[in-house]
Amino acid sequence: MQLFLFGLAVLIGGGLVSLFCSRWARLANGIGGLSAAAGSILAAIPALQVLATGQPSELYAKNWQLPFASFALQLNPISAWFAAIILSLSALAAIYGIGYMRPYAGKKSLGASWLFYNLLVATMTLVVSARNGMLFMLAWEGMALSSYFLVAFEDEKPNVREAGRVYLIASHLGVAFLLAFFVLVGAQSGSLDFDKIAQTGNFTSQQANVLFLLAIVGFGVKAGFLPLHVWLPDAHPAAPSHVSAVMSGVMIKTGIYGVVLTLSLLGHPPLWWGWLLVAIGATSGVLGVLFALAQHDLKRLLAYHSVENIGIIALGLGVGFLGISLSQPTMATLGFAGALLHVLNHAVFKGLLFLGAGAVIHSSHTASLDQLGGLMKRMPWTAVTFLVGAVAICGLPPLNGFASELLIYVGSFQEEVFSGVGGAVPALAVIGSLAAIGGLAASCFTKAFGVVFLGEPRSENARQGHDPGLLMIFPMVVLAMACLLIGLFAPQVIPYLNPALSLLTHVSQDKLTLSMASATTVLASVTLVACILLGLIGLLAAIRYWLLANRQVGTSPTWDCGFAAPTPHMQYTASSFAEPIVDFHQGILRPSVHFHPPQGLFPDDAALETHTADLFMHGFYARLFGAAGWVASKLSWIQHGRLSLYVLYIALTLLVLLVWYFGIEPAVLPGIN
Amino acid sequence: MNHVTSILSPVAALVLSPLLLGIINRTKAVCAGRCGQPLMQAYWELWKLLHKGAVTSYTTTWIFRAGPMISLAATLTAALLMPFANFDAPIHFAGDFVLFAYLLGLGRFFTVLAALDTGSAFEGMGASREVFFSTMVEPALLLSIAAIAREAIGNSILVDLTAMHHHISGPLWANAGLILIFIAVALFIVMLAECSRIPIDDPNTHLELTMIHEVMVLDHGGPDLAFILYGSAIKMWLLGTLIAGLLLPVTNWLLLDVFLSLTLLFLMAVLVGVVESVMARLRMVRVPQLLAGATTLAILALVLEYRIP
Repeated sequence: MQLFLFGLAVLIGGGLVSLFCSRWARLANGIGGLSAAAGSILAAIPALQVLATGQPSELYAKNWQLPFASFALQLNPISAWFAAIILSLSALAAIYGIGYMRPYAGKKSLGASWLFYNLLVATMTLVVSARNGMLFMLAWEGMALSSYFLVAFEDEKPNVREAGRVYLIASHLGVAFLLAFFVLVGAQSGSLDFDKIAQTGNFTSQQANVLFLLAIVGFGVKAGFLPLHVWLPDAHPAAPSHVSAVMSGVMIKTGIYGVVLTLSLLGHPPLWWGWLLVAIGATSGVLGVLFALAQHDLKRLLAYHSVENIGIIALGLGVGFLGISLSQPTMATLGFAGALLHVLNHAVFKGLLFLGAGAVIHSSHTASLDQLGGLMKRMPWTAVTFLVGAVAICGLPPLNGFASELLIYVGSFQEEVFSGVGGAVPALAVIGSLAAIGGLAASCFTKAFGVVFLGEPRSENARQGHDPGLLMIFPMVVLAMACLLIGLFAPQVIPYLNPALSLLTHVSQDKLTLSMASATTVLASVTLVACILLGLIGLLAAIRYWLLANRQVGTSPTWDCGFAAPTPHMQYTASSFAEPIVDFHQGILRPSVHFHPPQGLFPDDAALETHTADLFMHGFYARLFGAAGWVASKLSWIQHGRLSLYVLYIALTLLVLLVWYFGIEPAVLPGIN
Repeated sequence: MNHVTSILSPVAALVLSPLLLGIINRTKAVCAGRCGQPLMQAYWELWKLLHKGAVTSYTTTWIFRAGPMISLAATLTAALLMPFANFDAPIHFAGDFVLFAYLLGLGRFFTVLAALDTGSAFEGMGASREVFFSTMVEPALLLSIAAIAREAIGNSILVDLTAMHHHISGPLWANAGLILIFIAVALFIVMLAECSRIPIDDPNTHLELTMIHEVMVLDHGGPDLAFILYGSAIKMWLLGTLIAGLLLPVTNWLLLDVFLSLTLLFLMAVLVGVVESVMARLRMVRVPQLLAGATTLAILALVLEYRIP
């Protein structure tokens, strides 16, 4: 643990030093980024050791004067899995951030930004390693606040300010539910230490149900379960790209960690918990990707995909919960294995995609899909790594997304075949929604990659695209390699999950290796098929080269049906590509279309603009908060500004309290009747 | 069956799949009162295309040239997972049907990217419609296979295509024949959609009304077009074999099994030809309804499986 704490100290110390140096922008940038990377790597070493040995690290506990609190940190296998992912991605994003933040050198305080980045990484690590509820909540709050300041980095723009405000309010509404959760847990079990709660907290089934619902809402706001996701599509595009990568790749996973923690605190789950998680997963997954299809801002599209992938993780968790409820250990282990592996995979490919989007924005200064195009020739490295990320996120073999989705499929097939109706209906929901999500994600990423990188540039912005410097390319290449390697070597990665799975499902490690043996053989066969696939691609490429070696090979313009002057505006745009799907689902998506048709015999400009707002934000939350605001406005007569009446309010309140305390409960105070 | 004969499943796919295209075209010709192309025409087309040069658009990048290769490689790899007649698939493991469906998806992903690479409105339209229909075909395919798994497996833990294939037997048909027919119809519609036949798409033209698959490959030529043609033939063979495996109980007489499977595949090709001759392509707004109907049939088959025995 010493190295772990030292790593955290390097993070926080480096951030403070960077803040003090903010007058010298390049120095602050360098110190901030390097301390973030170094601190993350140092703290990740103990986490990787825990994963390698399977034994939890020692408990570091110090007493704390706050009631119910103790500064207790420990890396058990589940925490180590999450911590390793958080710290690795943060290190890579920090290296990227050094290059990304350079253009802001004179204009904004880079030192402050790096302080908040390091604080974010440190608090996220504290959240997953805390063993006490009070420490957990304080770290959670620190995470929310530091990420708020990171989101609001470019606060001269009104949409960034708005996004930050929505994010702050949503975070704190989630925190309210979590506070209620911890208060009730502490009241029932007498302590907020997680180890003691697991042993002594005898929750009745009613209490456990209420606690589970509070936890789902509280952690779901952070994770991004639909309909609690409304802060995500605004906050992730507003933040700088390396922060978006960290927020989307690892910060929302702390919500998943919270759900997993709830399972270990509350004990044996009833059947409806798994049903609820499968329902949340199916709706988040399908609706998330549908909303992503309707977006024409690259980062907003990626943000909605985070909602979709959290849905996939929730599907895996649901299968796991159902496995525990139905006493089917194979189903439980496969479901949780798929969910935890998808946590890793999503961090890798979503981080890669956001870093790639950042590179596009860095050079072309626009994130609007309909302004981009033809960037493959101008930014080849970014394009290839983005392609790897896009293939991975669609869950296509041979990359890593397929491995985790396959585990969830196999887990739900076990369930479909072997349990009664109670387990089979959610299993079929899992299979159907994973299939639908796969198809929709493929359509969305062909749109994103095709419109941004292929074809001809649609604007002057796009013609200026160029590959960024080495500092920004290196993390993208590392993440792309990780996508391929995790996909091919998935059977070697899975055994590192065994200690975490054993903790979650309460199955001993020996019995667990039997259940996981089926998963490992499946993934080994997938690796074999993937190698055959790659070999066949190479073989066909060789055949094609040999066939065309002595033949006439030429270039010409694209077939344009004889039209004399084709322009880039004749290509399909992102909106037109997605139009059939958006139109088919317009009941859910409700796109607003502004159409100015060509008029007259010699028409001049015509225009078409479509915009899809978030249904839940505008249909539900806006109306809810509007109603709350209306009620509050009816009470605004209290706030008149007269100091004398304010003093009267204080006096009246004091009088009421005195009457209540002495008059209604006379027996409380000794010697007074 | 042992590993040596399992190589015959992909070999049959590689050698005999262009014959299916010939049978379809000959059926359409007979229905239209024409002589029609020779049965082996698809083989001659592949031969001709492999001997040509290539012209590519200068808008395109390496993705345009890689698209047909990756798509054919994915289809060939999928051929390794599909059993034929009484032979096992060379590679089979629990969950291999998911890999099968996603390999076809990988091929489609790169075909669509190659289409978008040309920067043309034609290919863009084809790509846009293709991804739309595929969002509805994937659930139908996977739910149909889930239905077969539920019906055919029983107590074994093996949920792979080869095991499902071997479990289809006469008593199963007597017990659950209606369910298997529902699944077969759903898979037939999936096959029509994946292989771009009428009523979803018209493989003969690429005019605006039918700009789906044919127009996505408009700018390809020479060996690339040969790869695409061969890949689509193999895809039709694989999906046809899936349906044939569902409908035919496996006897243990080798020649009878091979004969019956081949006959059923050729009959299915004739059926596709007849469907193409008697129907026009559906209006674009009706196609999603047809595909949703296929998904509904699969879900109905699943619901019927939970009947009280």
